[in-house]
Amino acid sequence: MFRDKGFTGRLFIAPAIQLILLPMAANYTIKNINIAIVDHDHSVTSQKLSKKILSSGYFKLADYTDFDSKADKLIESDKADLVLEIPDKFEKNLIADNTQKTGIEVNAINGVKASIGFGYLSGIISDFNNDLRANWVQPERTNPLPTISVVPSFWYNPLLTYYIFMVPAILVSLVTGVAGLSAAFNIVKEKEIGTIEQINVTPIKKYEFILGKLIPFLAVGGVVFTVGLLISWALYGIIPLGNIAVLYLFLYVFLFAILGFGLLISTYSETQQQANSIMFLFMMVFNMMSGLYTPFDSMPGWAQFVSHLFPISYFIDVMRMVVIKGSGLHDIRFHILCVFLIGIVLNTWAVLNYRKTS
Amino acid sequence: MLFGFPIIQIVLFGFALTNELKNANIVVVDNAKDLASQQIIDKLQGSKFFNVQKEIMTPSAIDAAFKEGKIKLAVVFPVNFNTDLLHLNKASIQVIADASDPNTAQTLTNYITSIVSDYQAQLSPTAQIPYTIHPEVRMLYNPDLKGAPNFVPGVMAMVLLLVCVMMTSVSIVREKEMGTMEILLVSPVKPLMVIVAKAIPYLVLSIVNLCVILLLSVYALNVPVKGSLILLLGESTLLIITALALGLLISTITSSQQSAMFASMLGMMLPTMLLSGYLFPIENMPFVLQVISNIVPARWYYVIVKAIMLKGLGFSFIWKETLVLASMAVFFTALSLRNFKIRLE
Repeated sequence: MFRDKGFTGRLFIAPAIQLILLPMAANYTIKNINIAIVDHDHSVTSQKLSKKILSSGYFKLADYTDFDSKADKLIESDKADLVLEIPDKFEKNLIADNTQKTGIEVNAINGVKASIGFGYLSGIISDFNNDLRANWVQPERTNPLPTISVVPSFWYNPLLTYYIFMVPAILVSLVTGVAGLSAAFNIVKEKEIGTIEQINVTPIKKYEFILGKLIPFLAVGGVVFTVGLLISWALYGIIPLGNIAVLYLFLYVFLFAILGFGLLISTYSETQQQANSIMFLFMMVFNMMSGLYTPFDSMPGWAQFVSHLFPISYFIDVMRMVVIKGSGLHDIRFHILCVFLIGIVLNTWAVLNYRKTS
Repeated sequence: MLFGFPIIQIVLFGFALTNELKNANIVVVDNAKDLASQQIIDKLQGSKFFNVQKEIMTPSAIDAAFKEGKIKLAVVFPVNFNTDLLHLNKASIQVIADASDPNTAQTLTNYITSIVSDYQAQLSPTAQIPYTIHPEVRMLYNPDLKGAPNFVPGVMAMVLLLVCVMMTSVSIVREKEMGTMEILLVSPVKPLMVIVAKAIPYLVLSIVNLCVILLLSVYALNVPVKGSLILLLGESTLLIITALALGLLISTITSSQQSAMFASMLGMMLPTMLLSGYLFPIENMPFVLQVISNIVPARWYYVIVKAIMLKGLGFSFIWKETLVLASMAVFFTALSLRNFKIRLE
């Protein structure tokens, strides 16, 4: 295993780099939204509104102009995500008619960005509106209209940072990748090179053979995971709230399952290229459907069911629960059980298959 | 296998994956049990965003439920909710959110806030609040805020890039490993021809894949091609050539199939997924990553595809991106040719 020079590099450097770079990229907090403001009014009010929008920290000004067409071009060329249009005689009409409309155009290709961006903007406008009213209207002693305020409190992650959500999950993805690929490669490489026949003639039993391949990889998986944890602590300050031993326990059950999967694939493929492609395909699918990047609960029922057959979805969930919320063994009992069962099925299948194909 | 891959991706992204939030499990702790709280709870239950369960839970029970991952949010109504509302015209609702996923927590809280404001407005329908600014919003290109328009161009980029780069790189390295490379070189075929011959099957395959993806997007996912189809195909071919060139480059650098695979994956899959801008917005990333994203071909292609497919724009808007892609293709090819020749000596 260590004879392949690239191996140690891949083992440590690749995951390390990814763990450092990915969470920085995978930051989905919506900010730095480019807004173009078309101000036909140029009154004190419209300028105050613009100022308020820009000082909120969510928006960057793409352009402040008097021309609709210019703003439209900005959306088309992706230089602006939003256009706010303040009509002519805005201030005057607001005072005279008590009501005014502002036009907002949003590039809605990215639905989440659009709705969050619009949410920020309308929140700012309504704050501005309230301030305006407070200044222009004589306040009464009691609240004239019933108001219900919604008071949010954000547990476990009060600063709403995205890192703590992504880093553990990305670590899972990496461990899976390294472990899974290495497992699949190993047997197939031997098949290709031809050393398989040599092993076949030894008196070693099939399951002993597979076990012999399994154990070094379990060790390797554990090492990658530990390195990952250290990096997340050093770079991102993430310290698991829950019990680390619980994490390791789950890790080993998980590795057992993943390696079973890798071996299974390798028993089905004849060439490394094949093993690669299949493994890769599955990894892509697993990664996307596991809840890593997109919310698990938003998937339709059938997708959730399928995702429940993959160990990775469980691991990502467990990581997030234990690290961020401090969940304990009791909370993840269902997860551990499922992954263990999946592991048994995969490994048994691999062993049976191996017998058949040789 | 190589056909199944793009189809699976499109199916996944089109039907299964989305950033929209739905069916979030929430608990409503109704300490008031009065008319107003009931009406608001009805509204919450009627919303497709939430799966509402009513239960009286103490904070530690809420904590335990969060820890088991059973619920994402708890809405707590204080005991005198309606009375406060009627007599003081002021009441408050507490929302406790599991913020381990900050975006979900914020978005769900926003939904609840807007449902509550709707209710509030209903309570006094005739009141004319003075000096009201009404924002009128138009969502462009994707008025239903669906996930597919955002993902499809990204999937196109990913599939084309990954298939081409990986397959090409592995296939050349395989020859090296098997030792058949020497045989090829002894033949009178020029090195350039060898490379081209390896690349062409994948070129054709990718074009076919591209067509399948486009067909699926237009007919199954309702993501139209608003602009010129020919331009789209042309740009895609350019991307495919760039990807093939990159695959060749990787194959000249690596010596084992495993490394070729790994390099393609590391060099292509992750940066493409993350830095091309389709899953995560590029402007959110630290400056360093924004700079790096400039060398990811997928990033430019994604902009091009969005412009043509979703906005219906013409070449004048994307000439810059096209130029970048073309120069990448040339650069990679030149580099791999040079490497190839050096290796032979």
